[in-house]
Amino acid sequence: MSKPILLITRRLPPAVEARAVRDYEARLNPEDTPVTGADIIRKAEGAQAILCCPAERLDAETIRALPPTVKVISTFSVGYDHIDLEAARAREIVVCHTPDVLSVATAETGILLMLAAARRAGEGERMVRAGKWTGWTPTQLIGTQVSGRRLGVFGMGRIGREVARMASGGFGMAIHYRNNNRLPPDLERNATYHSSDDTFLRVCDFLSLNAPGSGPTYHWLNAERIAKLPPGAVVINTARGTLIDDEALIAALRSGHVAAAGLDVYEGEPNINPGYLDLENVVLLPHLGSATRETRDAMGHLALDGIDAVLAGRVPPSRIA
Amino acid sequence: MQHRLVVASLMPPAVIDRARSEFDALVAQGPDDITGEEVLQAVLAHQAEALLITSTVKLNKALIDKIPDRVRIAATSSVGFDHIDVPAARAHDLIVTNTPEVLTNATADLAFMLILNACRRAHEYDAIMRQGWRRRFGQGDMLGIEVFGKTLGILGMGRIGRAVAQRARGFGMKVVYSNRTQLPPELEQGAQYFSSLHEMLPACQILTLHAPASAHTQAIINKETISLLPKGAVIVNTSRGALINEDALIEALQSGHLFAAGLDVFHNEPNYDLRFSTLPNVFLTPHMGSATVETRNAMGFRALDNIAAVLAGRPAMDPLWT
Repeated sequence: MSKPILLITRRLPPAVEARAVRDYEARLNPEDTPVTGADIIRKAEGAQAILCCPAERLDAETIRALPPTVKVISTFSVGYDHIDLEAARAREIVVCHTPDVLSVATAETGILLMLAAARRAGEGERMVRAGKWTGWTPTQLIGTQVSGRRLGVFGMGRIGREVARMASGGFGMAIHYRNNNRLPPDLERNATYHSSDDTFLRVCDFLSLNAPGSGPTYHWLNAERIAKLPPGAVVINTARGTLIDDEALIAALRSGHVAAAGLDVYEGEPNINPGYLDLENVVLLPHLGSATRETRDAMGHLALDGIDAVLAGRVPPSRIA
Repeated sequence: MQHRLVVASLMPPAVIDRARSEFDALVAQGPDDITGEEVLQAVLAHQAEALLITSTVKLNKALIDKIPDRVRIAATSSVGFDHIDVPAARAHDLIVTNTPEVLTNATADLAFMLILNACRRAHEYDAIMRQGWRRRFGQGDMLGIEVFGKTLGILGMGRIGRAVAQRARGFGMKVVYSNRTQLPPELEQGAQYFSSLHEMLPACQILTLHAPASAHTQAIINKETISLLPKGAVIVNTSRGALINEDALIEALQSGHLFAAGLDVFHNEPNYDLRFSTLPNVFLTPHMGSATVETRNAMGFRALDNIAAVLAGRPAMDPLWT
């Protein structure tokens, strides 16, 4: 029996592509060229499965025009805003995604940004690399201590809890958190719950944003809330850029009220607020919070697990629709 | 009457304030630390009984020979004392103290920061941002190594090595270590001891150095020992540049045998080997292991505590010899 046909829209990590080629007649995209809905419709001719990425819009029109052979769409992402689930249901196409497996890599990025921002690593790196290091002095590039301080986690979901675990277990930090609801004791561990922003912000030597960025949290970190942080606080964002009012944060970084910030996500990315680029006291990463081989492999394998299950008539893990 | 003190190195404001309130202190003014000759002039002019320095003041034999016997203690606000000629000081009965312990957490934090920055390609990411970003990455592009769950090798399991091990446990890492002697279980905390560095290296996905510079550790990380690390390993150094043969390290970073390195110390500081500055897979910091306000204050205070003790006729808390 010939292998089923699987369309993979973009280039994926080698281990994932190797498994796809082993188990399927896989149509790869070795050049990693961006694809449109029309491209997908054409390339999926005769295919049973599609493994797509967040950059592709699988809107209702595209899904309706997919070849009748397509049984499953698996997206290489947690988010699925780019797929019209209603249209997929109408066509009886199963849709899967890749939750959970990014938590550790993203939390790790949060701790990296916390340490690098507090310890002025960006400034140090640029100075050394530019050959401008003229010698050690006792007062050069003095940062702020991380271990033993207070960390506030805004949004205590999977990633927030992972950040809390690393900061508490590894760095002896006292954890405070703000969340819609108080967590049960086994998830809360030794963290302190705050039901109000006011009491929460006041204790944040470090503030890590780990909440979704739409709806009520849009621009949550604004001038008014920033003013309630202790002077010299450090702000970390690995969640969504829309959580922050950039102009307010940039003003606080200029005044020194916020000593430093570490950011992986931005409103309007990749066209970020240019005000950040002139600041020395920010550490900036290009939204690569989950960009580890281990996590990207795990995402690819989970996406393939979904396809394997659907084509074998089993219930897939992580089904959305 | 207050004891007379010369503060020869630039110190944080809180430390200078305390020196001025507790001593008759002559404080060196910036922008640079004063030279050996200026130190001597200040000590003579001020009729000093104590001297507070850091690693920027070279207390060599020539200088120590000229320092009057009235000076009973030279306190360095640092852990390292490579800048002090210990035999010469002993010959003159000049008590010398350093500041161990108080910089353990700051240095361990920086070591772990370098581990994360090296594994997660933070220099390359920062460069992308400073150039304005404006490009997309495929799902397989620019991937780093996850730190969580890896095996961390620690060379030198003193205070700082053990503090790094504690941070690693928060990241679900397996910790192995190489040390002159095996630690008791309460300090080992589950870390696996190797009596031979050579036998430990093949297990180390990440290797961090926390041993002092000595004849034994001189270039202990060299072509041969690097080749024993698994392909794709990461090396971090916050201890002393002399532990690494930099030619061998650069070669392994270029060949890809090593995935990345994070370096806070170099063979020649500040005139470090500029070949490092052309490598994308290194994260470089300018010897800032103890550079936090909290720690630099604590170090300066500890040095003042040692000075106060000796001048009051009590034993020093952190003497280099007893």
